[in-house]
Amino acid sequence: MEAVSCRCYQFNLLLVMLFVTADIISTVEFNHSGELLATGDKGGRVVIFQQELESKNQPQCRGEYNVYSTFQSHEPEFDYLKSLEIEEKINKIRWLPQKNAAQFLLSTNDKTIKLWKISERDKRPEGYNLKEEDGRYRDPTTVTTLRVPVFQPMDLMVEASPRRVFANAHTYHINSISVNSDCETYLSADDLRINLWNLEITDRSFNIVDIKPVNMEELTEVITAAEFHPNQCNTFVYSSSKGTIRLCDMRASALCDQHSKLFEEPEDPSNRSFFSEIISSISDVKFSHSGRYMMTRDYLSVKIWDLNMESRPVETYQVHEYLRSKLCSLYENDCIFDKFECCWNGNDSVVMTGSYNNFFRMFDRGYRQDVTLEASRESSKPRSVLKPRKVCTGGKRKKDEISVDSLDFNKKILHTAWHPQDNIIAVATTNNLYIFQDKL
Amino acid sequence: MTLLCQAPAALVGWPPWLEASVQHSSQFWMANMYSKGTKRKFYDSVDAATDNKAALYSRQRQSLLDMSLIKLQLCHMLVEPNMCRSVLIANTVRHIQEEMTHDGSWQLVTEAFGSSGPSDHLVATEVLCRSSALEQQGGGPKLYSVMGYDGCREEEVVTDEALCSVTFSGGAPSLLGTIDHCWDRAELRMAAVEDRVIKDSGSEVESGEGAKTVMGQVFGTFEIKNGAPGSDPALEELFSAVDASYYDLDTMLTSIQSTPKMGPYNLLDSMASSHGPTSNSSCRTDLSELDHIMEIIVGS
Repeated sequence: MEAVSCRCYQFNLLLVMLFVTADIISTVEFNHSGELLATGDKGGRVVIFQQELESKNQPQCRGEYNVYSTFQSHEPEFDYLKSLEIEEKINKIRWLPQKNAAQFLLSTNDKTIKLWKISERDKRPEGYNLKEEDGRYRDPTTVTTLRVPVFQPMDLMVEASPRRVFANAHTYHINSISVNSDCETYLSADDLRINLWNLEITDRSFNIVDIKPVNMEELTEVITAAEFHPNQCNTFVYSSSKGTIRLCDMRASALCDQHSKLFEEPEDPSNRSFFSEIISSISDVKFSHSGRYMMTRDYLSVKIWDLNMESRPVETYQVHEYLRSKLCSLYENDCIFDKFECCWNGNDSVVMTGSYNNFFRMFDRGYRQDVTLEASRESSKPRSVLKPRKVCTGGKRKKDEISVDSLDFNKKILHTAWHPQDNIIAVATTNNLYIFQDKL
Repeated sequence: MTLLCQAPAALVGWPPWLEASVQHSSQFWMANMYSKGTKRKFYDSVDAATDNKAALYSRQRQSLLDMSLIKLQLCHMLVEPNMCRSVLIANTVRHIQEEMTHDGSWQLVTEAFGSSGPSDHLVATEVLCRSSALEQQGGGPKLYSVMGYDGCREEEVVTDEALCSVTFSGGAPSLLGTIDHCWDRAELRMAAVEDRVIKDSGSEVESGEGAKTVMGQVFGTFEIKNGAPGSDPALEELFSAVDASYYDLDTMLTSIQSTPKMGPYNLLDSMASSHGPTSNSSCRTDLSELDHIMEIIVGS
């Protein structure tokens, strides 16, 4: 067993920013440097935050995040053939690695993926010969001298422009996009199919996975998430509603219906119920930064898999086991279908995922510690460390504990993100974005 | 765990395997409803601790089945329903059905009520018997009747209050909303295919999949059919949709015919007014167009 190197996390998190969005947040993603944080919402808007440079005056503050750019990525559409609306909700945002001064990201709703270029403009040309400063044309007869226009500094303007629109390739709802390590291609996955795109080409995509049965009545399984391997450009994984993960190698064949590896944990017969399949459905899959492991999130747990072992996960963390006895109620109110995401920290030593009552959980893999924290205005006093929370599962409730029956199932944290290098995390409640950082 | 007392008003366009399971479960509902009284007497007289447990499990399982079927029914919204959720619920229903088949519950039901007829036949009896059982219990909201099928023994009267009062616990959208949406969708499809119906009235269009109700709206709405060879996929899609629409409209019309105190426009008005704010106003068809549509259907 390889030793997992990590620092001893005390989880001393401070709230550094709270942003209230106009609409329900539907995705959160740091870029590759961690300088930018993008959020997408139900209204089709993308808001990008930028980390301020470290201020010498305030060494305590590593860098706060401020709004950098806001734009409308997707608009609501109507499918006239099926008489159904196509929601503008942003399902996923993925950043491209930075190649030049501009930043690029992919954002997707249920049907269409768009490539956005975000660029800065902080200079503008002044001193035209034929134009006045306000743009009006000068009378050419009044021009007696020639001058060279020069760039003058101006207030920073951040522009977002759509560079590509990848449309009409998905019959079903897109749940995932993932940029390949080759930076030339990316995949998009819907309920039944996965397509491979070239970032430059919008009118063609290759179908690489198709699990649609010939007879739709025989449909029993859907694709829930997909991701490219962080280093191997030929490898990707996709998860299913039956709790399986398939690893595919694109070198093997054009259509990757045959998996190279199938990851599945045998069902625990003692825990079997009518809800077993539903709670085994995987809502998110994420490779570790190293590419050695992958993490899956199902309704009650987070599992870490070694890519070399398909038979069972190497680690399993219970997120909210106390909900197992409440599954019927959670089925009734549809909470059992909530899709929680999960994320790794920069060196793959800690994993994080959300829960109900605005709780989120962190699991330190090396030190075998876990903690429950709350993202709420009441518990996030400025500059004070977040206090661990505890759910009381039965018997006498201690002070500061919260009982299972008091949990608010409308307050759910589905989306979390971890800065690629530092201990800065972004946690999204319904329409609040919290950014916490480690106390220095 | 609450035992849901409301059955789906109409099983519109479900995949055949699911319809089959529903018709069986509906018989089981009736068995449950009618036999409850006698069972209680039985328990009083006999020490049946294990029977109680089994009966409890059976009731819980039935309740779960009820809930699941209603959840699937409520998939008819303006936005395409979540496929993952639908598949998981459908699998749960199938699982329950398999277990009930295993422990003999299905056999009991089949014996008690004879062989199964067409699914629409049993939808009617299920709805009516459920409603009559509700009456015995002091009544819940009255549901639409599915008239015009064999085996119906009663008529249900649809009232304004009933239309507005059908709700579910747990904040799920109301059946009324579902019916409204079915209606709106039916309207839309009829408006869209009107011309084609008139032009191609003679032809009988088969769906590419071959199933009678064409994949059902649970999974079928997700489908863009990509050509059985030689057929226009758009046309197929539209016509396949018409099947379900006809069913919707039929339900509506027969309800209208059976309620003398409410004219068709009253019914539409009351539905229109109780239609939730979530519906897209651009989906409303003119009443005059509706008139025209009804003429076509009733005329044929």
